[in-house]
Amino acid sequence: MKGFFAFAWENLPYLLDGAVIALALWTLAMILGFLFALALTWCRVYGDRFLYALSTGYVEVFRGTPMIIQMFVIYLGLPDVGVVMNAFAAATIAMGLNSAAYQAEYFRGAIQSIPAGQMVAARAIGMSRFDAVRTVVLPQAMRHVIPQWSNEAILELKFTSIAYAISVHEITARAYEIGYSTFRFFEIFLVAAAIYLVMTTVVAQVLDVVERRARVPGIGAPAADRAGA
Amino acid sequence: MSQPLLVIEDLHKSYAGTEVLKGISFDLDRGQTKVLIGPSGSGKSTLLRCVNHLTRPDRGRIVLDGEEVVDKRINAIRATIGFVFQDFNLFTHLRALDNVAVGLWRVRGMDRRSARERAARELDRVGMGNRAQAYPAELSGGQQQRVSIARALAMDPRVILFDEPTSALDPELTEEVVEVMRQLASEGMTMLVVSHEMGFARSAADEIIFIEHGVIVEEGPPSQLFRDAQQKRTRDFLRIISGSYGQETAS
Repeated sequence: MKGFFAFAWENLPYLLDGAVIALALWTLAMILGFLFALALTWCRVYGDRFLYALSTGYVEVFRGTPMIIQMFVIYLGLPDVGVVMNAFAAATIAMGLNSAAYQAEYFRGAIQSIPAGQMVAARAIGMSRFDAVRTVVLPQAMRHVIPQWSNEAILELKFTSIAYAISVHEITARAYEIGYSTFRFFEIFLVAAAIYLVMTTVVAQVLDVVERRARVPGIGAPAADRAGA
Repeated sequence: MSQPLLVIEDLHKSYAGTEVLKGISFDLDRGQTKVLIGPSGSGKSTLLRCVNHLTRPDRGRIVLDGEEVVDKRINAIRATIGFVFQDFNLFTHLRALDNVAVGLWRVRGMDRRSARERAARELDRVGMGNRAQAYPAELSGGQQQRVSIARALAMDPRVILFDEPTSALDPELTEEVVEVMRQLASEGMTMLVVSHEMGFARSAADEIIFIEHGVIVEEGPPSQLFRDAQQKRTRDFLRIISGSYGQETAS
């Protein structure tokens, strides 16, 4: 029997192909989630009673149910009503819809932490509410939200493993497959775990750089720097 | 020139059943500066916010340059009315220069370079040209307020509304802001100022309006009001605020 490193090395390319799929799934899901979260946030913060109720209900449902169930509903349930899609698309949509609920919560909290005077001042120079939000409120809220958003992004990166349950051929699915054909589960899952760890570490580092680059005096700084604002 | 620039007519506003403004009417001519004074809670700030509908009046009319201020065109109208806030409300994430320029590119549709050139000139005008790259959190209160005045000026306002522009400032910082306001008044800017800065009122106001409990008690040129106000309430109030605000800044 080969030693661990030879075994790992031999199977690494196959797992890394899975990592590409996982990263693609994650990227698309985060983008979908981000855009949809912006719409949800608008409805929750600025919407009328109907939009508020609708978006709040959405957030509660998606945060209150397991992602794997959401994935099953989309991949296995929707075909019953004539909506058929491949596993990758179903996983992307499920993760995007799920992440949108969480991202929207973070965005809402960040927007509500921006002093009301910022909006008032933007409206006072003639900006429409939409312009005021995109020019003044969101750029500040986004800076506040980066730490939480980074957390969510890393959680979602690990959640790509759930797509294994609907047969997306990502890292976990491949590790499982190799495990069954070699009966070296411990080692192959160790390799898989290492790949996840590298990915999450890199993403965390990148987002950390983004946070530092985006920092301006008076936002996201220690509370002492915010005094008098 | 015959019609006033700003006409405020029978303005009423209530909050939760309490009537804050009970029918305020007055005019502001082009180039005039009027200072609104009165006890806190008398409705001065509400009145100011009603002018550009940051607060919507319950009743009454605001007419600017012959055009009634209505919600339908409110963004375009607001773009021509400067507003200077008590706590500055500079945009935290933007440098001083972009705080002044942002309205020009976002509201006026100017390209960013021209907007920044114009903004730099306005910062020079308030003596803040050398801090154009600073973020608001890096500026003192007086400096922030001067930037916010530049932000208003950049939009070529027909009138600037000042809502207690020096009340949030430490005493030693009020003078630099008052100086800028005085200069604007002398250049012929039309200004409506809520302030207890009696030094400014004496030297720059064409007229002082004393408001209490949501009505105008008395109005007149500062020289007359300070010398012989007709109403006892006006005299009492002027005595109180002159004692606590007026001395060190009276010029």
